[in-house]
Amino acid sequence: MRSLHLKRALQDIRQNRLLNAVTISTIALSILIVSAAVLFFINTTDMLESWRRGIRIMVYLENDLDKAQRHAIEARIGKVYGVQTAEFISKETALERLRAQMRRQSSILDGLERNPLPDAFEVQMIPTARNWEKAEDVAAKLEALAGVADVEYGQRWVERFVTLFSLFRMTSYAMGGLFFIASVFIVGNTVRLILYSRREEVEIMRLVGATERFILAPFYLQSMIQGALGGISGLVALLIMFMLIQSKIQAVSVTGLVNLRFLSPGLLTAIVVASTLVGWLGCHLSLKQYLKV
Amino acid sequence: MSETSAKAAIIRLFHVYRQYHAKNALTDLTLDIYRNEFLFVTGPSGAGKTTLLKLLYRGEKASEGQVLVDGINISRLARNRIHLLRRKFGIIFQDYKLIPTRTVHENIALVLEAAGRNARYVRKKTASVLRTVAMENRQNAYPPALSGGEQQRVAVARAVVGDPTIILADEPTGSLDAKSASLIMGLLKAFHTRGATVVVATHDRALIRSIPARVIYLNEGQLTAAPTI
Repeated sequence: MRSLHLKRALQDIRQNRLLNAVTISTIALSILIVSAAVLFFINTTDMLESWRRGIRIMVYLENDLDKAQRHAIEARIGKVYGVQTAEFISKETALERLRAQMRRQSSILDGLERNPLPDAFEVQMIPTARNWEKAEDVAAKLEALAGVADVEYGQRWVERFVTLFSLFRMTSYAMGGLFFIASVFIVGNTVRLILYSRREEVEIMRLVGATERFILAPFYLQSMIQGALGGISGLVALLIMFMLIQSKIQAVSVTGLVNLRFLSPGLLTAIVVASTLVGWLGCHLSLKQYLKV
Repeated sequence: MSETSAKAAIIRLFHVYRQYHAKNALTDLTLDIYRNEFLFVTGPSGAGKTTLLKLLYRGEKASEGQVLVDGINISRLARNRIHLLRRKFGIIFQDYKLIPTRTVHENIALVLEAAGRNARYVRKKTASVLRTVAMENRQNAYPPALSGGEQQRVAVARAVVGDPTIILADEPTGSLDAKSASLIMGLLKAFHTRGATVVVATHDRALIRSIPARVIYLNEGQLTAAPTI
């Protein structure tokens, strides 16, 4: 019986090719936009998480401090609340790191007469203090220590970015909701049009003793196929776009800091299942209305 | 009504009314149709013949009164049970009511598929019925490619493929030439001989004369002559 319904559903799709193509394209577009937003959130969240994990304060020391003075500063840094570790980075190590980061451009460092970088401590925060307010607090305390020339806790702009990101996330939720409603509406409309064109056939089926379930099952299947095909098409389009963007980023990124990832297999499956359900829901609402008439 | 006739009746109507916008299409109709009877329902256009048939298969609901089919009061039949009632019937319409986008075979097989029969049975039974109505060579044709007579033979095949207890035919020969009409009536007579109850609504007197059967007359929704066996 199921194969019979499936045969009918596929027959309907073939007979109403244009209508079905429009519906599938609309679902694909909605899925593309919503999944693109999801993909953006995932990668941005990844990036924010890595930045959050990497909140650190660089404490630059005054020149010409001896070893004992350095140890004294290290001890005082360790006593500041919020500090987990303080690693000493000598000016030589700092220069080496800079050289490694600059890779091919590092030759410009060869011309230096003396190392201009200061000795420093790289301060890592305890997990509960890994936020920007706490970082600011700790930085102020560290800056007040004797022997400290300067304190740097870059990435303050990240805080602003997080706020902006939250706003964008809210907008995307609303947008996703709108696309969901639009997709349901469009699937429902397609079903209604097909049902209208086949109303005589439906009536005949009722006259020969077909159950409502028998009559309507192909419509449900057809809508679910539309939903699934729309979902898969949207994700394929997203994958192509993702690969293009990734290749562009890899071409311009020297340091390889940007490490993008695509949607996980679980999430891809969930999106296809969701778009299939959108098809089912559109059909269900449309048929519910039809059966009331 | 005697005890015996009550037992033999497969369809019973008690004081049935059917109204459309305060106008009576059927008025106080009381009627028994007997098991394995061949019955003609006749009368002028608009007399209520089609309305009467529709009441039997719950195409419409009686405004008042009771309709019993095979012991079931169909006036009280729940919507989700109507398909079970309709499987007792094979219905033939003047305009054939075939699905134009499905082949002859698919149109007939639909009845069995809807009843949940397995594919093998559907194939076998459909082929057998197609042979009975001499349409086995056109089984892959679509209805619009058939003549009126052929379409009605397909409609007859569809009506009988599910082995219904009752065959209802609403002006089955109305759009056909004499030869095709005679063929259709021959088929109906044959299915009646095999045990089906056949009810034919027609205003064609020649058709009524062609088969010895009970005839009831409707005029303006009322029985104008007492039914006789």
